[in-house]
Amino acid sequence: MSNPPSDPAPSNEFATIIKKRLYHSLSETGDAFRLLAETIFQIFRPPLQFNLLMKQLLLIGFNSLSVVLVSGFFTGMVLGIQGYVQLKPYAVEGSVAKFVSVSVVKELGPMITAFVLSGRIGASITAELSTMKVTEQIDALEVMGTNPVKHLVVPRFLACSIMLPTLTIFSTFAGIFGGYVAVVSLFGFNGDFYILQVQKYLYVGSVLISLIKATSFGMAIAAIGCYKGFSISTAGGAEGVGTATTGSAVISLVTILVLDFVLNHILFNILGLV
Amino acid sequence: MISVKNVRKAFDEKIVLNGFDLEIPRGESLVIMGRSGCGKSVLLKIIAGLLSVDAGEVWIDGTEITQLKRKPLNQIRRKIGMLFQSAALFDSMSVAENIAFMLDQHTDLTEQEMRKVVDEKLNLVDLDGVQDLRPAQLSGGMRKRVGLARALAFNPEIILYDEPTTGLDPVTCTEINELIRDLNQQLQVTSVVVTHDMHSAFSVGTLMVMLHEGKQIAYGKPEDLINEENPILQQFILFGAPDQILNIDNPTLKEFTGRQTE
Ligand SMILES: Nc1ncnc2c1ncn2[C@@H]1O[C@H](COP(=O)(O)OP(=O)(O)OP(=O)(O)O)[C@@H](O)[C@H]1O
Ligand SMILES: [Mg+2]
Repeated sequence: MSNPPSDPAPSNEFATIIKKRLYHSLSETGDAFRLLAETIFQIFRPPLQFNLLMKQLLLIGFNSLSVVLVSGFFTGMVLGIQGYVQLKPYAVEGSVAKFVSVSVVKELGPMITAFVLSGRIGASITAELSTMKVTEQIDALEVMGTNPVKHLVVPRFLACSIMLPTLTIFSTFAGIFGGYVAVVSLFGFNGDFYILQVQKYLYVGSVLISLIKATSFGMAIAAIGCYKGFSISTAGGAEGVGTATTGSAVISLVTILVLDFVLNHILFNILGLV
Repeated sequence: MISVKNVRKAFDEKIVLNGFDLEIPRGESLVIMGRSGCGKSVLLKIIAGLLSVDAGEVWIDGTEITQLKRKPLNQIRRKIGMLFQSAALFDSMSVAENIAFMLDQHTDLTEQEMRKVVDEKLNLVDLDGVQDLRPAQLSGGMRKRVGLARALAFNPEIILYDEPTTGLDPVTCTEINELIRDLNQQLQVTSVVVTHDMHSAFSVGTLMVMLHEGKQIAYGKPEDLINEENPILQQFILFGAPDQILNIDNPTLKEFTGRQTE
């Protein structure tokens, strides 16, 4: 009653909200890149604390190796079954090994590993750092003259950038092996032929693509995890920690997908890698 | 030594400090009083350079710190020890590692030498045998004392205490008060103590300040302040002050206590 029907206020309000949101996410992205820049700067400023890095490497490795292996193995099995069934009508089921290995090496190996780690490691980094923030531990670091970026972000960033490609090698092998198990046991495929084909189509370029992707995903997961952890307000409390943690995992997943597309474009179309 | 000039600090719309001034000469022990939520912890964090200010200046030893870059600021921070209200111990480290943190980060001391400092500082706060425990395994009062030991580990010239005795039993409380006083008197440490405990305030303070609605409403020596006829201040002192202080001839105070002589 009080609002005449032609009142443009609601749509204006909507536009304002959208504008605010957009501005907010842009400024957040800016802050995240600033943190990334400072992290890279701090990596090259001695001293590098190897014990902190070692601790993170072990933590990530131990926590994720089994999940990465299992995920890789089952993805490979599914690919083997699907590939075989799809290729069979055209009588080219012999290429199934190529199909599995090429997909796993270039796409699914890095992707699956990154997905597992964004859920496990990215989220736990955010939970840990945001808890430290709300319990004033970050303030305590600062007041004792220690740079929190150097002390907390650098080891996590390096560990993720190193462990992601490392684990990707594991998940890739698990995937190729999964495909082998699937086609050999279910369809009576010749195992020696499978291995020969895998060896034939495993190019250096493909491995390079896999490792470049994995390293980039690792950097993204760590950078997002740390940024979401640090950007929580001290007044956020336990609720803020929860929100930041789920936020971190979701943003990592989306970023990995987008990054994968961008990297595919750069690596295949621009650099011409196979 | 420390001076806070016309500092303004707001969180969004909420104004916490509104033109606050404070002088803390070297070697003094200043007690900050004020109602819960009035901005005492915020003030300590501003002095430690942990929170930015919206306006105003903070000088420590002749350096204005609010605009400093991290490196020179960290140089100044090495002179400062801070006990956080929540103790803010590092969960991922043992008690000993917490206390030795600054030594580990900024000196080349060996494990053994650090261990010695850790034992010595724990002894000061009357704790022993907790070196290898995790903060999560300690009681609230023990955490506070470990936080204090950590603040003392680098032999700071300035110590900021955020409610050092809250949550401690009366005996430990008295010991901590004596420790703060000894550090101040024997080592000429400049202390800034936030406390709600008037026993503690009068036992450690050589200067006192009252923060109210973002401003300084009283400042001076304890013996002068108890004679000041400021109702907010007197009400505050009254609710926790030792009896001998309340017997002083002050009309405002008497009005609150109802101890009129006539
Ligand atoms: N990081 C922050 N974000 C938003 N508001 C804050 C933040 N820190 C403090 N405040 C607000 O500033 C005000 C002062 O807080 P402060 O912690 O300094 O109070 P205090 O005087 O130490 O109280 P207490 O005696 O209970 O410890 C409070 O109203 C609080 O809500
Ligand atoms: Mg406080």
